[in-house]
Amino acid sequence: MTEPAVLPPPPPPVHDELELLLRLGDDRLVLGHRLSEWCGHAPILEEDIALANVALDLLGQATLLLRRAGEVEGKGRDEDALAYWREAIDFRNCLLVEQPNGDFGVTIARQFLFDVYAVVTLDALARSTSAELAALAAKSLKEARYHVRHSGEWILKLGDGTEESHRRVQRAIDELWRFTPELFAADDVAARLAARGVGPDLPALRATWETQVLDVLHRATLTAPTGASHSPHLRGGRSGMHSEHLGHLLAELQIVARSHPGASW
Amino acid sequence: MTAPDGADANRTVAAQAGATAADGEWPLWEVFTQGAHGEPHEHAGSLHAVDAEQALQNARDVYARRGGVASIWVVPSAAITASSPAEAGPFFDPGEDKAYRHPQFYKVPRGVRGL
Repeated sequence: MTEPAVLPPPPPPVHDELELLLRLGDDRLVLGHRLSEWCGHAPILEEDIALANVALDLLGQATLLLRRAGEVEGKGRDEDALAYWREAIDFRNCLLVEQPNGDFGVTIARQFLFDVYAVVTLDALARSTSAELAALAAKSLKEARYHVRHSGEWILKLGDGTEESHRRVQRAIDELWRFTPELFAADDVAARLAARGVGPDLPALRATWETQVLDVLHRATLTAPTGASHSPHLRGGRSGMHSEHLGHLLAELQIVARSHPGASW
Repeated sequence: MTAPDGADANRTVAAQAGATAADGEWPLWEVFTQGAHGEPHEHAGSLHAVDAEQALQNARDVYARRGGVASIWVVPSAAITASSPAEAGPFFDPGEDKAYRHPQFYKVPRGVRGL
């Protein structure tokens, strides 16, 4: 490794707060969109409404977070500009939420892993030294607690259900587990935010998350993969390096706004 | 926490109520919602769910998602005993022409609410 001639100056704190808001907001925008893909296709009408309901909650959270991100950025971009006019490389969501819906078991497994993560991180964020962030987190936390009740109950039903539902949801957990280390990986931005008390101390939250997830998996007669993969290529979402799925998702999410710039409806 | 306690008990309730449909459809539940504390629960509609917890969650999403609800009851439809439409005459007509059974001859003092 060559010696750097000059260390780059640390970015201003506003940069970090903007990053945090984009990470939180993009997680919810992307997952909300994924869930909305179920609209009209869920196994039964009641669950169709339930998934759309969660999607709308997430979209509402994303709206507030991205609006705040635009304010912090100070370049006159609102939540719509951030949602519709950024490219995949600008998105800061984790890789887990952009994974395709798969079958109902995959959707529920992805949702459950994220919902517990959301509760754990929002709970910490509600004590942020940033009053705006704390207020946004406290508001979202109520919704997240309901989401985990819904997806957790489905994990129990599918895991402890029929042979086929057990097999499918176990396979989903096995496939998605490799995306969970990214949730708790702290890069420089996250570390600085945690040190200032603005953002959650992510690595410290993993144990809480795992306890809650494993408890439900156990009761659902499911198992988590051991020796979880920490392959570097399964991270990168927080710095804009996404799986190929995000581009397709954004194409659908952004096409109308981009085809009719400035239109309102 | 993540999943409600008593889920097993809920499953038992549904089973005891004989709510399991033979046609492969999930059991039917009747939903009652209360608009504000103190008001009666009123029938809001019905839905399908495999157990009471899921019925509650579905009821919340179908009937309470736009707010205005303080409490929800869910009841297995099979647990409800209804009067028979064929018996409606003997059952209800005798009550129709007895005005003296109505408390309409009392004057309600001004300022009394909730009657």
